[in-house]
Amino acid sequence: MKNAMHSIAIHAHAIRASLGNVQILHGIELALQRGRWTSIVGPNGAGKSTLLKVLAGLLPHTGSVTLLGQPLASLPGRLRAQQLAWLGQNETTGDDLTVWDVAMLGRLPHQPWLAAPSAADHAAVEQALRATQAWDWRGRTLGQLSGGERQRVLLARALAVQAQVLLMDEPLANLDPPHQADWLVLVRELVQHGTTVVSVLHEISMALHADQMVIMAQGRITHQGACADIATHRALENVFERRIAIHALGEQWVALPKVS
Amino acid sequence: MSAICRQQRLASWLGAGLLLASVVLLLLGASVGSTGFESVLKAWNDPVALQIVWDIRLPRTLGAWTAGALLGLAGAVAQGLFRNPLADPYLLGSASGASLGVALALVFFGVSPFATQWLVRLGLTGAAFAGAVGAVLLTLMLAKGVQHTLRLLLAGVIVGVVLGAFASLAMLMVPEVMQAMQAFMLGSTGYVGWTACALMAGVWLLCMGGAWMLSPVLDGLSLGEATAASLGLPLLQMRAALVVVLALATGTAVAQTGLIAFVGLAAPHLVRSVAKTTHGRLILLSSLMGGVLLMAADMLARWLIAPQELPVGVLTAMLGGGYLLWLMHRNSRSSAGASL
Repeated sequence: MKNAMHSIAIHAHAIRASLGNVQILHGIELALQRGRWTSIVGPNGAGKSTLLKVLAGLLPHTGSVTLLGQPLASLPGRLRAQQLAWLGQNETTGDDLTVWDVAMLGRLPHQPWLAAPSAADHAAVEQALRATQAWDWRGRTLGQLSGGERQRVLLARALAVQAQVLLMDEPLANLDPPHQADWLVLVRELVQHGTTVVSVLHEISMALHADQMVIMAQGRITHQGACADIATHRALENVFERRIAIHALGEQWVALPKVS
Repeated sequence: MSAICRQQRLASWLGAGLLLASVVLLLLGASVGSTGFESVLKAWNDPVALQIVWDIRLPRTLGAWTAGALLGLAGAVAQGLFRNPLADPYLLGSASGASLGVALALVFFGVSPFATQWLVRLGLTGAAFAGAVGAVLLTLMLAKGVQHTLRLLLAGVIVGVVLGAFASLAMLMVPEVMQAMQAFMLGSTGYVGWTACALMAGVWLLCMGGAWMLSPVLDGLSLGEATAASLGLPLLQMRAALVVVLALATGTAVAQTGLIAFVGLAAPHLVRSVAKTTHGRLILLSSLMGGVLLMAADMLARWLIAPQELPVGVLTAMLGGGYLLWLMHRNSRSSAGASL
């Protein structure tokens, strides 16, 4: 039992959350394994982003979340930020910070207040910017980048935290297919090095590359299982009202929309 | 690394340039007045000339710098805090609050035949400061704290409009105060003495230290509230501290020089048009820029129609408005260019 608890990165129990007066999440139970990549999918309005925010401790909720064996609510903010990195969706960003400054913000949880960045901070930022192929624009401001380039910089900011758990909401937004493939390789490398990755994805074919899949609809989890499982594929087709079909293509699975 | 160094170098050069401009303008400011440069030359031998330079020109010139520096600092903090480039230091209702404070002080004490000039001056400064801080507190109360930026913004607008209406009402009911009120609302550095200078300098040091310490929060907020929170920043407490810095800087400047428009809004924009940098440096440079802008405007106000004097707030409004128009024109041209 103890070993089982140690293998869990995030455990959520009886999670209920609302946006305004509308209840979005209805009693979520979830256990995400350490060192694995879990993708969360579901139709629009299923509560995926809300769940991710709850797991990151960014949204008031009832129920409990445990991060790496510790109750999230009682973790000091700084410690939580060192252990868990979060990449949001559609956050409006200021245009005036340089790419380097943005990535360096990821090191804030590790730095003493107002201290100059250490050699380790510089190394982590360089590594993150090179991993997302944003190193060459490090002197540019966000305002001088395209949507896809900006997304890669924001991803670098999240990577620079070097957290054990990385939560990403729509990380592929604005990325072209080659850079989506690069992201996939990057996530695989992170997982190989023991990072727990959780991503909300609309690109179902990309989500099927994950180890585990959580399928949501109307604020509830309808299925949780391995991405390679046929049961997961059936659940996926069902949640999208059988308007998609999962096919094998070589060694990977792809989701195609059914056009009537 | 050279590209990053370039931005840092630009920021350093801008800072050095602004410091140099401050010194040059200070020397020029000591020379501008109805008796001209002659007073500076005679200052060593002539006690009257010394008094003109030391007791009138220097404190008002330095006072213009410190008031401008406070407004520039407050402008950069406001724009970072509200994540809005159009935010200015008066956004939380402090300008209208200060106006109402001064209007009430004039109505109840200022026009009294028993009031001495010194007492009126002290009373008006105190009333302006109390009004500005009171308005910010009222805004915070209506917004139920600092948690929601949009609610804070709306509450500030409402408080500004309502208190402004009360100030106008006070002027309508007691028309004798209108002239004194007009001087306050147009802004002037003419009454700034060494005491006011020292007070503003002390508050500037305090606010600059606070803003510098809180600047990583503004950097984090520029990536969105949720991202900033995910970085482990205690947003609620730090936002409250930033509002205190904003209110203190604005309230002090307004209390000593009246309502001076556009300096707080334009200074951060001017800095950003030269160098892109993090909020720590942006706040410092905006403050220096605000000081230089107001000192230059003060000199122009004294020199343009000498020996008469223009209200410095009129000049900053005209120059600031012109600058914003130019900025709009430039931005729309570059957008059109980008879409081609």
